[in-house]
Amino acid sequence: MTTPAPVQTNKAGLSKNDYRGLPSTLCQGCGHNSIANQIITVCYDLNIVPEEIMKFSGIGCSSKSPAYFLNRSFGFNGLHGRMSSLATGALFADTTLRAIGISGDGDTASIGMGGFKHMVRRNAPIVYIVENNGVYGLTKGQFSATAEVGLNLKHQGTNQYMPVDICMEALASNATFVARSFAGDAKQVKELLKAALSHHGVAVLDIISPCVTFNNQEDATHSYTWGKDHEAPLHEISFIPALDEIELQGEFAEGTVREVSMHDGSTVLLKKLEKDYDPTSRANAFQMLESTQLNNWLVTGLLYIDESKPTLTETFNLVDTPLNRLADPDLRPARETIEKINAMMF
Amino acid sequence: MSEKVVNDFSVTIATVNGSGSQTANVTLLRALFKMGIPVSGKNLFPSNIQGLPTWYTIRVSKDGFIARRDEQEVVVTLNPVSFARDLASVQPGGAFFYADDIKLPIARSDISVYPMPVKQMARAANVSPALRDYIANMVYVGILGYMLGIDMETIKQALSFHFKGKAQAIDSNFSTIKAAADWAAQNLKKSDPYSVAQMDSTSGFVMADGNTAAALGAIYGGLQFAAWYPITPASTLAESLNVFLPQLRKTTDGKQTYAVLQAEDELAAVGMAIGAGWGGLRSMTSTSGPGISLMAEYAGLAYYAEVPVVIWDVQRIGPSTGLPTRTAQGDLTEAYFLSHGDKQNIILLPGSVQECFEFGWKALDLAEHLQAPVFVLSDLDLGMNQWMTKPFEYPDTPLERGKVLWEADLKKLNGVWGRYKDSDGDGIPFRTVPGNKHPSAAWFGRGTGHDENARYTEDADTWESNMTRLKKKYDTARTLVPKPVIKVAKGATVGIIAYGSTEPAVEEALALLKQAGGPKTAFLRLRALPFTAEAQDFIKKYERIYIVEANRDGQLRQILSTVLPDQAHKFRSACHSDGLPLTAKWVKETILAQEEK
Repeated sequence: MTTPAPVQTNKAGLSKNDYRGLPSTLCQGCGHNSIANQIITVCYDLNIVPEEIMKFSGIGCSSKSPAYFLNRSFGFNGLHGRMSSLATGALFADTTLRAIGISGDGDTASIGMGGFKHMVRRNAPIVYIVENNGVYGLTKGQFSATAEVGLNLKHQGTNQYMPVDICMEALASNATFVARSFAGDAKQVKELLKAALSHHGVAVLDIISPCVTFNNQEDATHSYTWGKDHEAPLHEISFIPALDEIELQGEFAEGTVREVSMHDGSTVLLKKLEKDYDPTSRANAFQMLESTQLNNWLVTGLLYIDESKPTLTETFNLVDTPLNRLADPDLRPARETIEKINAMMF
Repeated sequence: MSEKVVNDFSVTIATVNGSGSQTANVTLLRALFKMGIPVSGKNLFPSNIQGLPTWYTIRVSKDGFIARRDEQEVVVTLNPVSFARDLASVQPGGAFFYADDIKLPIARSDISVYPMPVKQMARAANVSPALRDYIANMVYVGILGYMLGIDMETIKQALSFHFKGKAQAIDSNFSTIKAAADWAAQNLKKSDPYSVAQMDSTSGFVMADGNTAAALGAIYGGLQFAAWYPITPASTLAESLNVFLPQLRKTTDGKQTYAVLQAEDELAAVGMAIGAGWGGLRSMTSTSGPGISLMAEYAGLAYYAEVPVVIWDVQRIGPSTGLPTRTAQGDLTEAYFLSHGDKQNIILLPGSVQECFEFGWKALDLAEHLQAPVFVLSDLDLGMNQWMTKPFEYPDTPLERGKVLWEADLKKLNGVWGRYKDSDGDGIPFRTVPGNKHPSAAWFGRGTGHDENARYTEDADTWESNMTRLKKKYDTARTLVPKPVIKVAKGATVGIIAYGSTEPAVEEALALLKQAGGPKTAFLRLRALPFTAEAQDFIKKYERIYIVEANRDGQLRQILSTVLPDQAHKFRSACHSDGLPLTAKWVKETILAQEEK
């Protein structure tokens, strides 16, 4: 008889299994599955207790995916385009929790655009992931608002309209963390997710996540092939948790690396590639996105970050106890106040 | 002069919207209230910031009838645009006061006519030119006050309340009022019969509006989260939260036990409130009809995912944009059936300002108890006008938080529970809320088909049994919602059902029917849907049931007819909707006309 190998656990004492979700019902090879897997890995690696995460989504293929990771986290798969409002209210329940929202390009850039931009401008503390494939999958292959001009789809003909750039919209709404990635670049997705989870405020992650069934033609800008051929990372990103020591040696030699200090004490290291890119400048980010459009690149990486702004819930000066654990004496004014209130009426 | 009429008439004041006349009108109303005379005031205002005609109507009633009347014995006008109409509206034998700079013909010899030197006295007032228009309104307060016999001291008290004790504002307004009263004493000879006199019928009452009361009720109900979007006539409800929450619900170190957020639209407002409700917060939103229409999809999510949330609808007249500043009870069927698919919603129907307060906290209790959206239907008349009301009463039951399992509860259950399982046979399942650290606490909320453990399923039987349980839960709600208020005259054969702000008109109509030798009546004021057993028994008892409503279609009758089809032959509609509060005379005549058929 052989004894089974001990299950590997993280510093929270949990195994990878504790972070998994239900089996995915999305198509095999769907970019969304790979993102769900990265979320599992990242939360495990960062020793996050699943009960300390809340998951949100709207409606669409992307919005199904919160069921496929972190089974032990509370989640709410709400209405099409309305993840922003649902999550905004829920964030007040217990501000010690972290939130991950999964939306799609239809859910965010079409029906949910207003709510998305308002959630961003309020700096709601949430990791807002857009799994962007340029197409409506669940309704079988219609154009989304991020589809490129000239895209041909089987039953739809040719798209005539300019696409919505989610990163541009986020920046225009004063987002405090804007990143773009590609589901085919697992390592970058992972490091950006870690940085996003440490961010102080709203972290918008626009991840090009190919739809293998309806929009994966080689020349389509949301396909695996096009993404692999055109991805131009701004930098090589790595995330150093708060308590880990930063060693800047070898490939991370001084002068070639930018350090971004996160609000929670962790650090994001950005290794310079062809050109140096400063992600703390909003003007740079706009310029970069503009040239991306002109030159047909898939620029990925951390486009913009600002750790200094207060988050939505911080602007309220709430009590330290989570609001949803308060009871009668904290919630109902004392009996003697009613007379004063009545005296305030005429 | 005909026989004196004391404390029993209506006054209407016609001014220009945005001219600051509201201060003057409310001052008159409050002064009369302080004189101990039962009184009501209704602002009949346009949807406009400045320039359109606006009216304010005050009724004094020694008998305590405070519904609006169509007949106006005393009319004041400062507005040349509405002058002819205002003049025509004075009852024969009545009094007409007008600003004497309006040079228009007055071809009536059956009324008393009093010019008022409004512009002249406003110019004489010792205020900056910017304040002249405002002070002009105080001229009619002074003249009307003198001519009707309003106690100057109560006028001063009303001003002091309005200006929050600020001496300069009180004094400058009061000196104009005083000067105007002196002018009237020297220059006008009273030739109409209408006057007021001190009574003692308002002690034990305060004056407040329903929106303020609703906000305060919610605060005493432990409200923790509110999201809203500005809309007439609901805005002042959320604004009152912002006034009173900081006074009542901060900890000693100044921290908040609540959050109020102005959303980007009503879709987001209700979404945020539902998110917070799911998170375990006592949560609400407040809006009016157009906002309710926008909230439809989310209301269905809250119903089906079973999330507590309170939705206040301060009704205005619709459909569509309608008349944003006019009242109606036109959202009843909308709220009852709101959202697609099978469902009925829980609706509370406050009939007074005091009840706005009471239902403010009770709605939050019911929402958490039943894990469902609870609608509260107020209206513009109740919400925005000042009413004399019994003081607000401190809640007599502790906060009802419903079936929430925390870590210790789950430990006792060995982590075995089902989010949508009917463990107690009342259709109400248990729930957990985020932050609960027990490993089996979490569940996945969704608007899609789910089983007892909140897992997605398309199984036909599971779908149907869950929907059957939701219906059972609605039957449980029937036993929990506020019961109707019933008043039965001896030997009554005819039932009358009404709800909400029409109560004063119906109460007075009952007295008028009695005077007119009409049928003996039993009156049921409905306070909630679903219909409780008491409401159903009432209907079965009487030969005919008149259902009085301020809407065109008789919406309560429609709902009652579907719920009690075997009783539907008894129902007779007394419904009317023109944007104004119902009058007792209309109610009486409508019932009598149908009785004679």
